[in-house]
Amino acid sequence: MSHDHTHEHDDGMSHLGEMDLRVRALETVLGQKGYIDPAALDVLVDTYQTKIGPRNGARVVARAWADPAFAAWLQADATAAIASLGYTGRQGEHMVAVFNTADTHHLVVCTLCSCYPWTVLGLPPTWYKSAPYRSRAVKDPRGVLADFGVQLPEATQFRVWDSTAELRYLVIPQRPAGTEGFSEDQLADLVTRDSMIGTGLAKAPAA
Amino acid sequence: MSYQSHADLGGQPGHGPVVPEPEGEFWHEAFEPRALALTLAMGATGAWNIDQSRAARETLPGYTALSYYRIWLAALQRLLAERGLVADDELAAGQALHPARPLPRVLAAANVAATLARGSPTERPAPGPARFAVGDVVHTRSGQVSHHTRLPGYVQGRRGTVARLHGVHVFADANAQGLGEQPQWLYTVVFDGATLWGAEAQPGLQVSVDAWESYLQPTGDAA
Repeated sequence: MSHDHTHEHDDGMSHLGEMDLRVRALETVLGQKGYIDPAALDVLVDTYQTKIGPRNGARVVARAWADPAFAAWLQADATAAIASLGYTGRQGEHMVAVFNTADTHHLVVCTLCSCYPWTVLGLPPTWYKSAPYRSRAVKDPRGVLADFGVQLPEATQFRVWDSTAELRYLVIPQRPAGTEGFSEDQLADLVTRDSMIGTGLAKAPAA
Repeated sequence: MSYQSHADLGGQPGHGPVVPEPEGEFWHEAFEPRALALTLAMGATGAWNIDQSRAARETLPGYTALSYYRIWLAALQRLLAERGLVADDELAAGQALHPARPLPRVLAAANVAATLARGSPTERPAPGPARFAVGDVVHTRSGQVSHHTRLPGYVQGRRGTVARLHGVHVFADANAQGLGEQPQWLYTVVFDGATLWGAEAQPGLQVSVDAWESYLQPTGDAA
């Protein structure tokens, strides 16, 4: 954040400053009443900035690509298979993994709010929570992918998962060609966040 | 019928293109990380459940005009006010003016990792057998309800096929109203694009939702 939070607009009001003050007032009151441990707030922010994010999901995908037995487990019981890598809990309590193939492309959305598999992908990106994505993903997935610069063959069928309950969906993208013999670390580097939502594909290895 | 959700967006026209964002870009306004942390910390107290927080967000009058963290913050203030935990005069003064009320729990910094890793599973023991099996053709409920619900408008009153059973889960509609968990069987129900969008459907499109048993009626048809 490089913004100057005290910057004044022409009308003498600072919109950023206004929200900052509102949140600060709330935080002070909650702390004074003993409803929160202020130190917990920093831990929460740090957790989702540095510990729980899409690199977790990339490890899951890389393992699935490298180990057919793990892929089968992921298909049968994603919650347990993902837990075996240490990723459990909030907004990933009940996981389902869906596998892209040459014929079928999976796309995940929450049209009603912003349900997202936090344990493996971290905080949802802004677009995932936005009206354009939530309104169009279930009707025009091909157009949504075009917004991401992705075009799939005409024959590819779209399978869209609207996360309307407490199941959370992870897309396992197709393994890129030319990655035979790659280590799991090398494979994980090719797995993007968007490829695990279905708005992107895994990256091709550097030539 | 006073309950109105502004969040049921599936299929709505006119929202324009999706704007991608690089991985690792977390915040767009300075207050957002604190708004996230306050929301999670207060959610962990057990003063309300997740379905009540979704209901508080989706019925905010300004929902469509607000960024998501502003929605979260406004809903947090609303949940606190409705339960008498924080009053408006306290927010205006920036300090506590009234006695605190007891909460089920407080999230201590030392317990954050364990609390997040545990989460809040919603699966419950099955009270009886599932009514539907994979491959059954079903019709979804149609018509408005006067409370929070998780059956999107675009799949209401439509014909779909049961694709998966997920066990028995806390029923969001009841939990959001403070009526207890009333767990029900939960299914993934798949719809053909043409069933939802008619002739303009993209060829081969299939869309699923996760639907509680009481959202579904049998049709008697074979798949």
